[in-house]
Amino acid sequence: MINTMECAMDAQNLISISLRKIHNSRTQRGGIKLHKNLLVSYVLRNAKQLYMNEKYAEIYRMQQYEEVMTVCNEIQELNPLDLAEDIVEASGDCCSHVAGSPLIMEPASVCCALPASNHPAHTPHQQQQLQATAACSAAGLALQNEEVCKETNSAFFRSCCAEAYPVTDCDFSSLSAVHCNKTTVLDLDTHVVTTVESGYLHQDCCAVQCQGAQAPAKKRKFDFGCYAAESEEVPDFTPCKRARFEDFYCPHSEQLDTSNISNLISIFGSGFTGLVSRQADSEFSLNGQFCSKQTLASLGAWTRAIVAF
Amino acid sequence: MAGGGGNDVQWCFSQVKGAIDDDVAEADIISTVEFNHSGELLATGDKGGRVVIFQQEPENKSQPQCRGEYNVYSTFQSHEPEFDYLKSLEIEEKINKIRWLPQKNAAQFLLSTNDKTIKLWKISERDKRPEGYNLKEEDGRYRDPTTVTTLRVPVFRPMDLMVEASPRRVFANAHTYHINSISVNSDYETYLSADDLRVNLWHLEITDRSFNIVDIKPANMEELTEVITAAEFHPNQCNTFVYSSSKGTIRLCDMRASALCDKHSKLFEEPEDPSNRSFFSEIISSISDVKFSHNGRYMMTRDYLSVKIWDLNMESRPVETYQVHEYLRSKLCSLYENDCIFDKFECCWNGNDSVVMTGSYNNFFRMFDRGQKKDVTLEASRESSKPRAVLKPRKVCGGGKRKKDEISVDSLDFNKKILHTAWHPQENIIAVATTNNLYIFQDKLN
Repeated sequence: MINTMECAMDAQNLISISLRKIHNSRTQRGGIKLHKNLLVSYVLRNAKQLYMNEKYAEIYRMQQYEEVMTVCNEIQELNPLDLAEDIVEASGDCCSHVAGSPLIMEPASVCCALPASNHPAHTPHQQQQLQATAACSAAGLALQNEEVCKETNSAFFRSCCAEAYPVTDCDFSSLSAVHCNKTTVLDLDTHVVTTVESGYLHQDCCAVQCQGAQAPAKKRKFDFGCYAAESEEVPDFTPCKRARFEDFYCPHSEQLDTSNISNLISIFGSGFTGLVSRQADSEFSLNGQFCSKQTLASLGAWTRAIVAF
Repeated sequence: MAGGGGNDVQWCFSQVKGAIDDDVAEADIISTVEFNHSGELLATGDKGGRVVIFQQEPENKSQPQCRGEYNVYSTFQSHEPEFDYLKSLEIEEKINKIRWLPQKNAAQFLLSTNDKTIKLWKISERDKRPEGYNLKEEDGRYRDPTTVTTLRVPVFRPMDLMVEASPRRVFANAHTYHINSISVNSDYETYLSADDLRVNLWHLEITDRSFNIVDIKPANMEELTEVITAAEFHPNQCNTFVYSSSKGTIRLCDMRASALCDKHSKLFEEPEDPSNRSFFSEIISSISDVKFSHNGRYMMTRDYLSVKIWDLNMESRPVETYQVHEYLRSKLCSLYENDCIFDKFECCWNGNDSVVMTGSYNNFFRMFDRGQKKDVTLEASRESSKPRAVLKPRKVCGGGKRKKDEISVDSLDFNKKILHTAWHPQENIIAVATTNNLYIFQDKLN
């Protein structure tokens, strides 16, 4: 885990400063210093990792919060008396341990919710309630599974890193046995289990290995609560939710879909991969002020930072 | 404070060379310092491509307490700025390293290198000259042969001592990247030169060929993860050399194993302490210098915050670690911003390998006595430059309450850095280079 306490600067600032150094090195006397630029690229990568982790953690928190609020709102609409009956019924169907309060459900009740929802005898109300509680449970399940790895109790040898980029504590290589920041999400609608690592899909890890790989085919399924969209009772909810999701990714109202994030990560994947852009961009303004937000948002504006040797 | 004998050594100011001006000309910035094998000569190289050699005066019999002073012996322009037209790159004339060859005859030889080209210089003395030519006047003008009526034999007459430096060999065009090290082999016939990605082996007599013995350039440059930062031959095993990397590892190679020494014989690496992980972990673990001990049993490495002594028989971790300026660990952000974190400090052993020395900021330098487990911080400054004045140990206060005579971390001058130091091979005489001044200190003789 990167010890950020010692650093007053945030990750964005560091990214800014690092990019400026790389740019300045191109005009320094004596030519580009390979060693220094390699070291700067490491700082850039470390700062990027932290920045992305923070962003995804934020997204996840926001998603969770919204989901919980949605479910709670739905629950509040239901008749409290009906709730108590439903819970007794549900608990009779399986051997789950259900707490007294209707709002507190053990994660294990997810499995109860599944067979329960198949009961044709259940009223639509009950169906919805079960789904709602399952949502809470799913959230709980997801929460339980989220383990931010503060690992490396074992010794960390830099020289063993044969991969394109050095292994760090939060290594998001699919080859690594240690997963950091792994979230398992159960989509109750399609019953698809998705693993999100360090804020992005498992397939993205593969994308990092193959530089320049395309965006993962699978769409993110953060919206495990969005099954509610399928229900006709709450038709308007989904669009708002989705819009908010996208808004988060585009703080400056620019195009930054998930494929771009994967590309960003693959660009920063190795020591120099991220610094040699595939497209030279003459429009990239070099006012001496490198805005890291801008940089992250407008991937097409990368300049060729290091001349190919 | 300690020296070779194990008794406490007190260091005294001896001399300072260079301009007193606070306004430092960039060309005057000292970039390398090296004693020759006897210690009689001390060479410095600077950013302007010049080499200045100082010679120690013979000891004054009437003043046995004082060791001889070092005075300028020779000055010459070793390298000039060049331009690589193919790559549109300017090649700096800055002297990166000087290495002396062992003396074989009356002349002295040294290797000096900039980023791309290594030169072998012969420094010789001339104290007599021939006089009485038949066809030439004394001032050099040619005489008309028809005016010659008698013949005489020219004779050598004494003259004022003149020291000449002449380039005997130029070893060029063998390095694509910037040369960081040169090291003369103990066979006195070959030497190595190392750049960021390759190490080449040369014969001192042959300039049009060199053998590549290490190549860590990846097939795809985008996969680059480490560079070579320093390399050195073993002091008495002519088949063995080491090279250090930006990842904090040292590889020992045996040239008998194969022509291309990409596979190391030994890999020296210490696992990283996970609790110290930061944005800058990679930078501060990069090794800036590696030096074998004189006896060849140990080697010393310098990274940004520490000096480590390795036993060549143990690869898993260093046998000794000395913190040079641990108080900087909490300042790495600022040091990254102002580029100081990229400073490459060198280190050196004393003659009997009992003490090691390295530089720091604020014109401080540090000595670590391995036997007595003592360390001292001294300062090279004009203020303490009175002849034979004893240097007072300095102390930096990392945080908390500052004691009297202590200096707080925030008042350190990071522009005043001591990157290059050298220790006389036999005596307790040290040469310490500040930005543009060379300080010579010696131990107090009673």
